[in-house]
Amino acid sequence: MWVYVLRRTLLLIPIFFAISVVIFSLIHLVPGDPIDSLLGPGSSKGDRAELLALYGLDKPLPMQYLYWLKDFITGDMGQSIIEKQPVADMIFYNLPFTMRLGLLSLAISFFLGIFLGIISAAAKNTFVDYIAMIIALLGVTVPAFWLGLILILAFSVNLGWFPVSGSGSFSHLVLPAVAVGLGGAGLVARVTRVSMLEMFNKDFVLLLYAKGLSRNVIIVKHVFRNALMPVITILGLRLGWILGGAVSIEIVFSRPGIGSMLLTALFRRDYPVVQASLIFLTMAVIIGAFITDIIYSYADPRVRDVYK
Amino acid sequence: MSLLKVSNLAVEFTADKKTVKPISDISFTMEPGEVLGVVGETGSGKSLTAHAIMGLTPLVGGKVSGSIEFDGVNLLTLSASEMQKVRGAQISFIPQNPMTSLDPVYRVGDQIVEGLRKHLKLNRWKAKTLALELMEQLRIPNPKRVFEQYPHQLSGGLKQRIVIAIGIGTNPKLLIADEPTTALDVTVQAQIMRLFKELTTEKGIGLMLITHDLGVIAQVCDKIAVLYAGNLVEYGDIREVFKKPKHPYTKALLDCIPYIGMEKGSLAAIEGNVPTATNFPIGCRFAPRCGLVMPKCTESFPDMVELAGGARVACYKYTEETVAG
Amino acid sequence: MSKVGTASRHKSPWMIIVKRLSGNKMGMLGVLIIATLILIAIFAPLLEPYSFKAQDIGNMNQAPSGDHLLGTDEFGRDMLSRILRGARISFVVGVASVAISVVIGCIVGAIAGYYGGVVDLVLTSIADLTWSMPAILVALLLVAIIGPGLESVVLAIGLSYWSQYARLIRGQILSLKGSVFVEATRSLGASDFVILFKHLVPNSISPVIVAATIGVGNAIVLEATLGFLGMGAQPPTPSWGAMMSSGTAYLFISPWVIIFPGIAMMITVLGFNLFGDALVDIMDVKNRESNL
Repeated sequence: MWVYVLRRTLLLIPIFFAISVVIFSLIHLVPGDPIDSLLGPGSSKGDRAELLALYGLDKPLPMQYLYWLKDFITGDMGQSIIEKQPVADMIFYNLPFTMRLGLLSLAISFFLGIFLGIISAAAKNTFVDYIAMIIALLGVTVPAFWLGLILILAFSVNLGWFPVSGSGSFSHLVLPAVAVGLGGAGLVARVTRVSMLEMFNKDFVLLLYAKGLSRNVIIVKHVFRNALMPVITILGLRLGWILGGAVSIEIVFSRPGIGSMLLTALFRRDYPVVQASLIFLTMAVIIGAFITDIIYSYADPRVRDVYK
Repeated sequence: MSLLKVSNLAVEFTADKKTVKPISDISFTMEPGEVLGVVGETGSGKSLTAHAIMGLTPLVGGKVSGSIEFDGVNLLTLSASEMQKVRGAQISFIPQNPMTSLDPVYRVGDQIVEGLRKHLKLNRWKAKTLALELMEQLRIPNPKRVFEQYPHQLSGGLKQRIVIAIGIGTNPKLLIADEPTTALDVTVQAQIMRLFKELTTEKGIGLMLITHDLGVIAQVCDKIAVLYAGNLVEYGDIREVFKKPKHPYTKALLDCIPYIGMEKGSLAAIEGNVPTATNFPIGCRFAPRCGLVMPKCTESFPDMVELAGGARVACYKYTEETVAG
Repeated sequence: MSKVGTASRHKSPWMIIVKRLSGNKMGMLGVLIIATLILIAIFAPLLEPYSFKAQDIGNMNQAPSGDHLLGTDEFGRDMLSRILRGARISFVVGVASVAISVVIGCIVGAIAGYYGGVVDLVLTSIADLTWSMPAILVALLLVAIIGPGLESVVLAIGLSYWSQYARLIRGQILSLKGSVFVEATRSLGASDFVILFKHLVPNSISPVIVAATIGVGNAIVLEATLGFLGMGAQPPTPSWGAMMSSGTAYLFISPWVIIFPGIAMMITVLGFNLFGDALVDIMDVKNRESNL
């Protein structure tokens, strides 16, 4: 087991290189450069060359990458061209906000999704099932930012329960996390339901009933426990999809975070910031998927044996 | 008082406003310590009969009618929670597919313990001791090790024995075993059958053995019930039925058993197939395949008649005889 | 064998799908929604009560009323007309971008599955990498490279979603490639290209079609999100996402500018999802993973 975990962890290193190369080269395809916006009117070609050299933009691309990589590994992610401060500082200021939002959204996705999935599977083809599945389907079909705006209208403007925007306290986190998490909850609920209904037809469920166990024990301890495997797999695979909503949600609620930082930087063509935030977001998703994969292989004794 | 008295048992399913009755008019009794063999081809309703007695048919939407008297109580009148106390405690079930009948994510030992704790109200430690004893009794090698293993780590034979342990661990009064030895090789099969026999003679457990293996029936059963297309066609003492089968179907079925020294090519097979519940013929359901069919057979259903010697058979050939005699 | 029995056996697979679909209430609802959307997309100019771009400074941010059923936006433009016109954009963006994804996905997946070995390893790694990156990030970056506008949004979405189709096709090809009919075709002297794109891909396409149906819904949502972030279609193009984006500033004054395009989008995406779900049941394809 530990060998497997170690192997998977080591695999993250080439993934990191691949992603950083892809992102680095894509970013340098973006037309226009920030130097133009830094140069005032009437500045000479010499000024421009000087600035290019200052940010290392005059070297060939592979060299730029290697310099950047060397710095990145030592924790130096360069300077924001617009904000004039170290990118690392900006990332570490914004990262906790995005982490909190992401983790709470995931928790909502997982627990709400599982709850909806279990009750709809247990009450298959009844009113409860339909209601739960409509909620789940709406979760998947509605974009997070729109949900965020509607939540603001309903719970902040009309009811006044939660603040409209900002990031100070836990109550600032609730609506954004719900907006992001509901999509994931819909996904999880649908997978849970299908997977549980599939499990109900398994032979082992018949024996559980024959053993005289109560329906609730069978559903929660056995059927759900078995149905959880595919749910974990899909959660890992679609982590990027679930957390993708966080980018737009940070804008909607004017929250600080890697998403809103990325977007601002993208508009201002602030390469170093765009680059670092993209790498951080992507790696976060990949590491999240990696953790779910480990949980999965630990939770299923059959998979556990394969990796022994 | 009989251990089990099934009268006019029928199960019906409704789908798309159409109702089918895969089994109907099934009546028989079982005494404590008795072994009843239930035989019939695939689709004859053997497993469904067992599920109906266990109260498992509502799971798949089946509606049960008639009465199932167990120890003097009609099981069909019990509430869901009362039935839970009977299932697995007083009536145990050993399902058809041991390979897939264990929950893949729990240790097999815990799956035995689960039933013991629920019905015998034991603590974890005592239940584990009892489970290990049971495993030993079932000749599971190295029980302590197997206890900690998961189903996918065990051979089919071991899984089968775990399933049997789950069935017999709670000291039920009635054990219903649906093809319990199909996954096992012949020597293990014989061991298990011997164990079943011991359980019935020593502890007075009633055993309902569902199988299509007439050889197994001949070895261990006291009584035999022959099902055809959802009906009980013949019921009686095992020796009586084997020696002098009454119903044409039973005869045909016994002719299908190969024996050493038989002439090559003389092994009979019954022409045609068992009709399915959606297109049962009117009258005797065996009529289309029967060599002795009479006009009456395709018009109405023959009643069960009790012949001298206690055997019961549903065939017009015998109603004629009794009427005549 | 009765006559009915033999007749039903000669039905084409498509007829069977249509027949089964007509029995699936939710699926039919999906078909109905999609059909309505297509009709609106085609006839939008005829259906619009006002011109979608006619500004009316006297009637800015009007609440829904008899004159303007869904109200007006910050330039006094009629929301109903803009939403109807937006259906056209959403539909075109959804279908076109999914078409791009499917084509790329089919080519990559087919080549990976058919040739195996190093080719497979490289292509699968690229597909897995794209898959693990949140589509919104890929699309944002691509729009930044190509420049904003409707065409680049289509291209960006198409390039962000191809990997799921590649995975599906690859899996199908892997299971088909050892089959007898492939051996037979090869022994008749067919080239790899013919075997792959004339025989294997058409035989592996059904799960892709199902996934693509639901993919159209996802693409519409992604277009709206890009539009909302200011990276999509540019004003005055009446894309649902762009409408909501400009409406955000007036959220507390004229919430209908946000609410109605969102509801339109919700119904549309619901339609594609219901239809796709029904197809999953009907065609009995095992691709829960990519669909949900």
